[in-house]
Amino acid sequence: MTRPTPESLAHRATPATVAAAVNTAPATVAPVATTGAGALVRSLEALGVEVAFGIPGGAILPAYDPLFDSKVRHILVRHEQGAGHAATGYAQATGKVGVCIATSGPGATNLVTPIADAYMDSVPIVAITGQVGRPYIGTDAFQEADIQGITLPITKHNFLVQNAEELPRILAEAFHLALTGRPGPVLVDIPKDVLQSQTMFQWPPTLDLPGYRPTLHPHGKQIREAARLIAAAKRPVLYVGGGVHKAGATDGLRKLAELTGIPVVTTLMGIGAFPDSHPQHLGMPGMHGTVPAVYALQKSDLLVTLGARFDDRVTGKLDSFAPDAKVVHADIDPAEIGKNRHADVPIVGDARHVIDELIAAVSSSAGGTEQYAAWWATLNDIRERYPLGYDEPTDGTLAPQYVIERIGEIVGPDAIYCAGVGQHQMWASQFIKYEKPGTWLNSGGAGTMGYAVPAAMGAKVAQPGTTVWAIDGDGCFQMTNQELATCALEGIPIKVAVINNGNLGMVRQWQTLFYDGRYSNTELGTHKHRIPDFVKLAEALGCIGLRCESKDDVDKVIKQAMEINDAPVVIDFTVGKDAMVWPMVPAGTSNDEIMFARDVRPTFDEDDL
Amino acid sequence: MTNKHTLSVLVENKPGVLARVSGLFSRRSFNIDSLAVGETENPDVSRITIVVNADSSPLEQVTKQLNKLVNVLKIVELDPSQSVQRELLLVKVRADRAQRGQVLETVELFRARVIDVAPDTLTIEATGNPDKLDALLRDLEPYGIKEMVQSGLVAIGRGSRSITTGPALRAA
Repeated sequence: MTRPTPESLAHRATPATVAAAVNTAPATVAPVATTGAGALVRSLEALGVEVAFGIPGGAILPAYDPLFDSKVRHILVRHEQGAGHAATGYAQATGKVGVCIATSGPGATNLVTPIADAYMDSVPIVAITGQVGRPYIGTDAFQEADIQGITLPITKHNFLVQNAEELPRILAEAFHLALTGRPGPVLVDIPKDVLQSQTMFQWPPTLDLPGYRPTLHPHGKQIREAARLIAAAKRPVLYVGGGVHKAGATDGLRKLAELTGIPVVTTLMGIGAFPDSHPQHLGMPGMHGTVPAVYALQKSDLLVTLGARFDDRVTGKLDSFAPDAKVVHADIDPAEIGKNRHADVPIVGDARHVIDELIAAVSSSAGGTEQYAAWWATLNDIRERYPLGYDEPTDGTLAPQYVIERIGEIVGPDAIYCAGVGQHQMWASQFIKYEKPGTWLNSGGAGTMGYAVPAAMGAKVAQPGTTVWAIDGDGCFQMTNQELATCALEGIPIKVAVINNGNLGMVRQWQTLFYDGRYSNTELGTHKHRIPDFVKLAEALGCIGLRCESKDDVDKVIKQAMEINDAPVVIDFTVGKDAMVWPMVPAGTSNDEIMFARDVRPTFDEDDL
Repeated sequence: MTNKHTLSVLVENKPGVLARVSGLFSRRSFNIDSLAVGETENPDVSRITIVVNADSSPLEQVTKQLNKLVNVLKIVELDPSQSVQRELLLVKVRADRAQRGQVLETVELFRARVIDVAPDTLTIEATGNPDKLDALLRDLEPYGIKEMVQSGLVAIGRGSRSITTGPALRAA
């Protein structure tokens, strides 16, 4: 067996873990003659890029020559989708811009899913794609695709570079756009002849973005109005989304929550922004949120919304969502305010500034927990009666929730957890306790199956000293597990827990509940036929493969995986197929219809209202 | 009751900007009634005039989304009473010798112009606000309209103020 060892990989530069949230390194370069490709690579270096994930091909090939000698570490992935999600995982684990590179045509179109994914979750990534030479554009040339046109709706902005002279400026603009304001993906498409042409490289360039002026500081009048509503509210809730992470506002959030005594709910993208163990935390709202979190929003008289966007998965049927609540809505993106729900107090600004100014504004009037004693009494009662939980399977199979819960307990809150999309994702959001920002990575808005393994790879590259677990499903895992070969060869020892129930579990759950148990095309055969055999697959990909089929072995296998630090580990947790995610608000219905378990509706006393 | 709104959108004069703007409308399920684009007094800036049919709340949403486009510099809604709005119409009308006099009379009445003459048709050019052009077409219809083409609406605010100046735009 020739699995690479840390020693055999020592020739590669390991990226230093830089705490700074911005990539921009101050560097001045006097004009120097180079090619477009040289200017590209020098620009990436000047922008402080440490790592890029990608695959070369015809049109981007000129860029790979100077990249060969660059201090930028290039990680050769096995599929461009892997490069895109790795860039996303890298960005989410650091707050810095993630970079992915692909060639023209199919290389570029393979980036479409991760770009759309990053767009939905506002992740700062820059995608660099090769394009056919300028004379060939529009001729249906070999490996030509209009990737600028294709990605118009799913990028914050994109560029088709017209000449080599503008490359440094465009790259600097791309990084600036990706990282500032509401972050998001930016694509830079570079024709091959531009990469090959001669140019003068000079740094720093002058940004030319006259139409781009994100508002960071909130309006004082709106802050005062929000503070007034908070002081008057009887049943307020802090409704916290991913924007609080992105703004680095988690410390402020805790201060604000403790100062006011207001209960907190964190959305799927907001998980980790407020410690799960904090007594004021009611959990996640939404379709698979906790009963207390959903209840709190529904009965609230004031939603203080911070960096969240009233997504349909949170609101359920919109016109019955939080019917009695006034809304304070703070977001850096003005277009989110009033999009789905009218805002009584709209606040445009960066969550950190908003929270800091709210703290200052409410300090004089804050009543602490006393002010909301009746509200808390109700919420605590609901919390006691409807805790998160699950039933042991009656057929003797392993409970997937138990596996995930044990991973969280044994591995602890310092690790990074990356989930795919489906039942395992919801259980990982429910049964692992998150105490710190940036420790929960998932595909929230787009719901991209296959996100977990490559995103975990990117996160591990970003934080090599941190344990990174991918919690994946057997369906998701089969979409992107090829990147385990990348992990094995590049020395990226992630851990992958495949919650293998033999089915597309979430779809199967909907078939159980809404299609009379007619299981059309959800059985994957990973149980029945053991195709593929995940242990053998892991070994074929250069990883350690482990299997766990009984409750008694769960702890032992997790600990075994934790002891392996020189290779990626895959554990095939063979779990029962009938477990379901509860609570659940069926799609398109009101949050008032939340089901605590199958056929169990929570009962709320009249007093609760 | 019409919900038509006229938006003047100043954009960077760069390739692909029109596609970004028009694509945003279709993507967010807004219908464009009319669209006209051209350079402004500043060659780096183009002006897109969009007539959109929407209630005020969706209009606010589409305006905010437009503002997010990096190449969009400024958006102004032009109130019809505070602005001049014009479209250009070219129309080929059936007009044999017997009808020609009556058609020319209509042309005169609407201060339109004949720009091409053939034995059995007249081609007429007219500018005006949409109501005037509709009225002209209504009057010409009985003679038989063989072909017509219409520009998008362009509009400019009344008075001495200009929307192209101001802090939103860099000095050219």
